[in-house]
Amino acid sequence: MPATLAKSGGLFLAMIIALFGMAQAQDTAFAVHMGIMALAALIAALAVMKGANLSGQLADNEHQYDDAPVRWGVIATTFWGVIGLLAGLFIALQLAYPVLNLGFEYTTFGRLRPLHTSAVIFAFGGNALICTSFFVVQRTCRARLAFPGMARFVFWGYQLFIVLAATGYVLGVTEAREYAEPEWYVDLWLTVVWVAYLLVFGGTIIKRREPHIYVANWFYLAFIITIAMLHIVNNLSMPASWAGSKSYSAFAGVQDALTQWWYGHNAVGFFLTAGFLAMMYYFVPKQAERPVYSYRLSIIHFWSLIFLYIWAGPHHLHYTSLPDWAQSLGMVFSVMLWMPSWGGMINGLMTLNGAWEKIRTDPIIRMMVLALAFYGMSTFEGPMMSIKSVNSLSHYTDWTIGHVHSGALGWNGMITFACMYYLAPRLWNRQRLYSLRLINVHFWLATAGIVFYTASMWVAGLTQGLMWREYGADGYLVNSFAETIAAIHPMYLLRAFGGSLYLAGALVFAWNIAMTIAGRLRQEAPMTETPYNAAADRPLPAPARSAGLGGLQPAE
Amino acid sequence: MTDHNKRVDEATGTNLVGHEWDGIEELDTPLPRWWVYIFAATVVFAAGYVVAYPSFPDVAGGTGWSSRGQLDEALQAQTSARAPVVTAIAATPIEQLTANPQLMRSAIEGGRAAFKVNCVQCHGSGAAGSKGYPNLNDDDWLWGGDITSIHTTLVHGIRSPGSEETRFSQMPAFADILSKGQISALVNHVRAISGQGKPSAAGAQLFAENCASCHGPEGKGMREQGAPNLTDGIWLYGGDRASLTQTIAKARYGVMPHWATRLDPATVKMLAAYVHSLGGGEANPAPAPAETAAAPTGETNVGS
Repeated sequence: MPATLAKSGGLFLAMIIALFGMAQAQDTAFAVHMGIMALAALIAALAVMKGANLSGQLADNEHQYDDAPVRWGVIATTFWGVIGLLAGLFIALQLAYPVLNLGFEYTTFGRLRPLHTSAVIFAFGGNALICTSFFVVQRTCRARLAFPGMARFVFWGYQLFIVLAATGYVLGVTEAREYAEPEWYVDLWLTVVWVAYLLVFGGTIIKRREPHIYVANWFYLAFIITIAMLHIVNNLSMPASWAGSKSYSAFAGVQDALTQWWYGHNAVGFFLTAGFLAMMYYFVPKQAERPVYSYRLSIIHFWSLIFLYIWAGPHHLHYTSLPDWAQSLGMVFSVMLWMPSWGGMINGLMTLNGAWEKIRTDPIIRMMVLALAFYGMSTFEGPMMSIKSVNSLSHYTDWTIGHVHSGALGWNGMITFACMYYLAPRLWNRQRLYSLRLINVHFWLATAGIVFYTASMWVAGLTQGLMWREYGADGYLVNSFAETIAAIHPMYLLRAFGGSLYLAGALVFAWNIAMTIAGRLRQEAPMTETPYNAAADRPLPAPARSAGLGGLQPAE
Repeated sequence: MTDHNKRVDEATGTNLVGHEWDGIEELDTPLPRWWVYIFAATVVFAAGYVVAYPSFPDVAGGTGWSSRGQLDEALQAQTSARAPVVTAIAATPIEQLTANPQLMRSAIEGGRAAFKVNCVQCHGSGAAGSKGYPNLNDDDWLWGGDITSIHTTLVHGIRSPGSEETRFSQMPAFADILSKGQISALVNHVRAISGQGKPSAAGAQLFAENCASCHGPEGKGMREQGAPNLTDGIWLYGGDRASLTQTIAKARYGVMPHWATRLDPATVKMLAAYVHSLGGGEANPAPAPAETAAAPTGETNVGS
């Protein structure tokens, strides 16, 4: 009881501080954000008081995995995925039809574009990473989640971060750092949440009942630690006012640009690559029911990937005021990244050795294979585009957009969908998904969508790049910028069409997940079952030396 | 650890490492050879690249390459390819440029490129202009449409601050001079002479007193003043009642920069040639006779 009192009292105090900040606010956006903070603190305080015995429930239940935050995470991933893709389709249409900026500052492309990127990367991808990591770390450590209260704080605190970031973009709050647009107070909040995340994840690893740490957890840990480092360094800044939504970066000029792209590229490397490889390393062998292809490859490609990735950022600043030597190093480290990246693809695809027929029979496996194929494609394309002579053509064109989306839609999206399909029936104790055949529908909609998207952006990018550098017979540049935009307008339409197909697939996915949670089963010819062994899906009891193998028996 | 747990995976015939997590095991497959070779090749490539290209602070690479040098080379190549033509254009007086068709064609191409960099922002990529920015494709010229006049406009600009010889005129804001009713009558008259409304006697009277000195008695404009022709149905700011009322009451003050200080003389000449070629270019006036106001007679279009 006293703990509950102290917690809710602290939250009320936080609410009062937020309200004070709201009253002192130097600008509207800060006032709105402090209002949201105060509301969040109030809701949290009421939740703490209402669920006073929650801590009683949370403790001393070591014979069950703690899956509530994972369940919430599956729902949040699905929800934010649809929102993020919808925002993406809308801004794609804005590029094709500028009238869709609607004449309001709040709905301009410049404000909605970070809304889209953050929603898909951090809201959709981030929730997928957090919830799968909580699921995977418990199972591969055979231990219940450490710090259950903190795990709940991580989930809800992260959602608050998403809401603050999203509302900030629409209100015009931005640090103008790509993929790190939120202002200083939102950055501080995310830092607190992220440290709690590290404690929960690391704590669970420490209390593991397995002798070794599984490869998926190496990748998760690398992702969590590196993102913390990147986030803190890139966001070093001085607020203009302690009650205002404006700050100035600690870095200036090209140093600022390099810090930003050191962050930006490693957000790709450690958030979208390492984190999602962690998902792949658990869910692919589980779904395929096959051993991982090569333990040695997993070690070598893990360490080479981690070591090389962190240096590759300068390739985003080729032919800029960044000194040539830094550009060269960015390029060679990117080229050397090719094989370490492909190590993950090989280990994923070759895990299907001995189970290749599942590509035909199991739609989830098919989705995973597609994800790995796109992972391989974009991790080849990336090093290629980092080569200076290629980059001089591709940079600033839509080729980059196509490259990013073959990775994001193909790899991150498809592996996430596959993992959610794996998780939903298990987390809600369903016999199987609502529909396996709808996964096929989703698969083909998404595949066609990606093909339209990436192919149109490749053509658009090459067109732009070649038009920008085209000299006429008289020795003058031929095209104006506006003419290159007019030339790729049809590609913008095809891109939006591809995006709408992908969104349609995601809606089928959301429907399937929602119906599975509701406990419905679609009447359809069976495809594969959901293999589930309840006796094996629980933590190991505390080590009792005399128990021997008896510890593997069900507790009751 | 592999030594005392040598189980073999049946499907692949490969040894299992012996660890197991939640049912997941790992095979003891060696690294794929091709993977190792390609990885090694990229490392060797990187080592070679680091030697050949600048890769350490303040140390040039073996090839002497630099991104700045690459840009300079590319620009230099184009500049020297263009040099003979540009020199010839620079040496040719603007009024004689049209007499040399080959040089004129080269000038138009150079002007087309310069236009896309410097002019499209206001005049549009098709040079069709927009409200407040003249359409350069038609034969309606505010300050003259022969290549010499166009060149003068480009060199000195229009109402351009910082240029002594800039084209200058300013229409008064009649809100300070005339009543609302009088302005309305003037609008009626302007709409009448542009074929948009019924004549207004009061408007005609006011026009003769206030406007004819610049726009001419018939409203056909006067190029010395940059005063537009009001009868041709071509409008810079709009010929509807609201726009005309705004123009008369508050006046307009369009500005074009003087390009003499921003572009080299040859480029300005090329721009003049390009604009002249767009469709409304006029022949150079005969040297002697004094120009009369509103006298398009004797001018012919020589558009490309």
